Amino acid sequence: MTRSLTMDRPDDRNRLDAMAQGVIGQPLDRPDGPAKVTGTAPYAAEYPVDGMAEGVLVTATISKGEVTAIDEQSVLSMPGVLAVISDQRMTARAAQGGAGEAPVQQVRQVQYYGQPIAVVLAETFEQARDAAKHLKVTYREDDDAVTDPHDPAAPTETYDEPIDQGNLAQAMAQAAYAVDVTYTTEGHNSAPMEPHASIAEWDGQTLTLHSSLQMLAYNQKELADSLDLAPEQVRLISPYVGGGFGSKLGISPEGVAASVAAMQLNRPVRVVMLRQQVFQCVMRRSETTQRLRLAADANGRLTGFGHEARVSNLPEEEFAEPVTQASEFLYPGEHRRLAIELARVNLMTAGSVRAPGEAVGMQVLESAMDELANAIGMDPVELRLRNIPDQHPSEGIPYSSRKLVECLKAGAERFGWDGSDRTPGQRREGEWWIGTGMANACRVHNINEAQARVTLSPDGTAIVASDMTDIGTGTYAILGQIAGEMLGLDPADVLVQLGDTTLPPGSGSGGSWGAASTGSAVFEACEAIREHLAEQLGTTEEELTLKDGFAIAGNRRVALPDLLAGAEVERTGHFKPGEITEAFAAAMYGAFFAEVAVNAYTGETRVRRFAGAFSMGRVLNEKTATSQCMGGMVWGIGSALTEELTFDARDGHLVNPDLAEYHIPVNLDVPHLDVVLVDERDPAGSPLQAKGVGELGICGAAGAINNAIYHACGVRVRSFPMTPDKLLAELPDP
Amino acid sequence: MTPVTYLRADSSAAAIALGAADGHRLLGGGTNLIDLMRKGVEQPAVLVDVSGLAAPITEAADGSLVIGAAARNSDVAAHPLVRARYPMLARAILAGASAQIRNMATVGGNLMQRTRCVYFADAAGSRCNKRVPGSGCDALGGFTRYHAILGASPACIATHPSDMAVALVALDARLHLAGADGVRSVALANFHQLPGDSPEVETMLAPGEMILAVELPPVQPMRSTYRKVRDRASYAFALVSVAAGIVVEDGRIADVRIAVGGVAAKPWRAARAEASLRDGPASVEAFVQAAQAELAQADPLPGNAFKVQLAERTLVAVLTDLAGGDA
Repeated sequence: MTRSLTMDRPDDRNRLDAMAQGVIGQPLDRPDGPAKVTGTAPYAAEYPVDGMAEGVLVTATISKGEVTAIDEQSVLSMPGVLAVISDQRMTARAAQGGAGEAPVQQVRQVQYYGQPIAVVLAETFEQARDAAKHLKVTYREDDDAVTDPHDPAAPTETYDEPIDQGNLAQAMAQAAYAVDVTYTTEGHNSAPMEPHASIAEWDGQTLTLHSSLQMLAYNQKELADSLDLAPEQVRLISPYVGGGFGSKLGISPEGVAASVAAMQLNRPVRVVMLRQQVFQCVMRRSETTQRLRLAADANGRLTGFGHEARVSNLPEEEFAEPVTQASEFLYPGEHRRLAIELARVNLMTAGSVRAPGEAVGMQVLESAMDELANAIGMDPVELRLRNIPDQHPSEGIPYSSRKLVECLKAGAERFGWDGSDRTPGQRREGEWWIGTGMANACRVHNINEAQARVTLSPDGTAIVASDMTDIGTGTYAILGQIAGEMLGLDPADVLVQLGDTTLPPGSGSGGSWGAASTGSAVFEACEAIREHLAEQLGTTEEELTLKDGFAIAGNRRVALPDLLAGAEVERTGHFKPGEITEAFAAAMYGAFFAEVAVNAYTGETRVRRFAGAFSMGRVLNEKTATSQCMGGMVWGIGSALTEELTFDARDGHLVNPDLAEYHIPVNLDVPHLDVVLVDERDPAGSPLQAKGVGELGICGAAGAINNAIYHACGVRVRSFPMTPDKLLAELPDP
Repeated sequence: MTPVTYLRADSSAAAIALGAADGHRLLGGGTNLIDLMRKGVEQPAVLVDVSGLAAPITEAADGSLVIGAAARNSDVAAHPLVRARYPMLARAILAGASAQIRNMATVGGNLMQRTRCVYFADAAGSRCNKRVPGSGCDALGGFTRYHAILGASPACIATHPSDMAVALVALDARLHLAGADGVRSVALANFHQLPGDSPEVETMLAPGEMILAVELPPVQPMRSTYRKVRDRASYAFALVSVAAGIVVEDGRIADVRIAVGGVAAKPWRAARAEASLRDGPASVEAFVQAAQAELAQADPLPGNAFKVQLAERTLVAVLTDLAGGDA
């Protein structure tokens, strides 16, 4: 039986707080942890399959044009080589998140350097890789490729409908204080630890793919559409995912190539992307150019707000990094302009990378807000407190629960914030200038359709099942806790099964919606089971208490196995976003506080202390939520100081396609991270009163570091990442 | 596939005999060579593993320290005599790569490692005069952040990536080279070659020769350090690094030794800066003057012009720090 809920209005019942088990929110260890740290959790490429052929993708070495010939004979005589496939079903790009249909195929039409054009199959990986290296490919090159992401001559289109309210130029002219600044950010890569990898098996009817993916219900359709199969003919298995961060939202080229090869060779095929290919042919976060115009009155209250950005993507891609997403509602200002220009370039696909939009939008906005605070001479915390709108400044709708004030206060207290003197260059320790900075955190709350099945067995244990994924976030833990809380069970007695399309379609992991969406489906299923148990016990669901495996009502206390009397109870919860998504401006909030040291001689920046206070509705597991915030803050350090996809502007090839040259922060770059979780329930967020946490910790983090650098040494860097060379020229004499 | 024959040498004589043939390469820790083989940059037919050769660290009668070429980087950095007498060397080694890589990498291999120029490493898509002599250099006009500002040529602008070698050059280290014709001793400062017209020639090692050992002459006690400036706090190659030691007596610089890394195809002994400082005052003004004297010969590219200023400022920072209260 399925119980559906279309969320049209807030759920004020706050049912989870009325439950008795007391496990929701607890910092429980993740049940999948031991298997992962002992290496026994199988990842996509690790399934033992007999008779497997190995495939290696071949990528284009031109920026734009056409593959005119692939000389298969150049490699077919090499030892172990089975085939060279450059099939029209193969995909030149990964699918965008939630696409549900095939991504751009036409692998022989080259649109970017590094695009997959063929796959070479051999008996061993080494043979396949060597043959891929030696494959002779002939191209016809176009001479109109745009290979510099910042090329001002790139064809550009306006993305979406800009928001234009009032007269921003006039507001700027009349403002008591105004800031008009332009910042740039460079491209980012998700760089998951587990590369994109797939094993395909074809039995003549059904294609089974072990793969590393985030959104199986959508990926199933994407793969089926790519292969001209019905979705029912495709089964995806993805119980463990070694990081996704957006790069595994859509089916990616290696999965389709493995499938095509398995169908052609009639044997299982494994294709694992080389690390360089993970960098070159999946997804990048677009570089951005962002102009911020902030007009404030004498009291520091915003009267005008402008956020205009230029981002880029390949031709035919609809995705444009939505950098103004939080700018739409975070701050007031009746005179507004928000707009995004999309430049068409011949560089790898731009798509969702952790917190698309806010990750780089908020860091720039929050840097500009700091410039405004300095122009006014105001504590930047005070400036934020004075600029919290009463309602959505463009749509007029109310906010759902918003704990920004509480976050600012809790974070400032934990950090020991003193915003009374923001004059730069006041504190020096040896060679190092010391400074502090802060920023708001904000990320829109998303929910997505999801189903989950909960089975209460006659022995009083439960199974939760969904094709939902756990990409390292803690999904196994929290779904077990939700079911445990609702059904009065120790989470150890709840088995959570994920990552298989034979299970009910979940929300997938993306946009921070997994917990609130699939979690709500589990919640719905559990409510339905509770109703059944209440009926069995002769009471109502509201009067029923479930705790420690017993059903309790009034003075009756019955063990679940006795109540169930040998019959299992199975319910499916089906959660759908409804009118609620339009009725409220729903978001997660927070505040970052950073202390940095800037070397007075070299311009090197080290983050010395970093605190964040965050609100995300109900916390489902304190430990995994804290870890998500920490992970986001580490990303913030990378975005602030080190991470940058570097393209050779002459042909658009990525010159730092590995973990040695693309600098994600290492241990020494990351200080102790202080995370405060602010207590909150958001009835408009989900029936769990929970929102999302996976991306919040990055949204604004790099802005706090930028502001701290300015406070330390007086250099305002308007180009991320803030590498030493960008500070050097402006540093005062040491 | 290119089959590779793997041999293990049980003596340096055997290694020399086995390694001399065309297409044979000596294998140390493999932390660079194996990577380059995977990328198709290096394609040896035979690997002669010398990582198992005896690699003692011994003190000679004259007080020199002799380090076997197969010694692991991490063992050298941790050795009590190295830490006590040549702390800048210990610091330089620990500033390089990661703990895992240092545990594998050998001293000889560290000196023989190839440039990390991304165009050199991109066998499929980029031209490189080092990889294919005469084919051209795609780094010129490309991404040059980590490239040379000193001693480069139109044929090649690559840098030598070693941290250890920078400290060794500052310490006047010598190499014991062995070949079919016997053993010779050369100054490390002369070992690595500037590119000129033949960037494929990277060292003075003759065909069939191998590095037997590194010899560190005794040094008088001095304040010394190794300072590496990079884009993240660890596990990144140097934008600029400085190995330096000074002896200050009565406010005058009695002895000074400086080498700069990340700026040239070899560890760059800053002879001009040293000459400018020697017997002069230990003052910030003198340090600035010395740094400028050294970098006056720099010829940077559009993508790495900042490294001139960065090198100057790092030199001043290091010397000021070493001079301490005497500056």
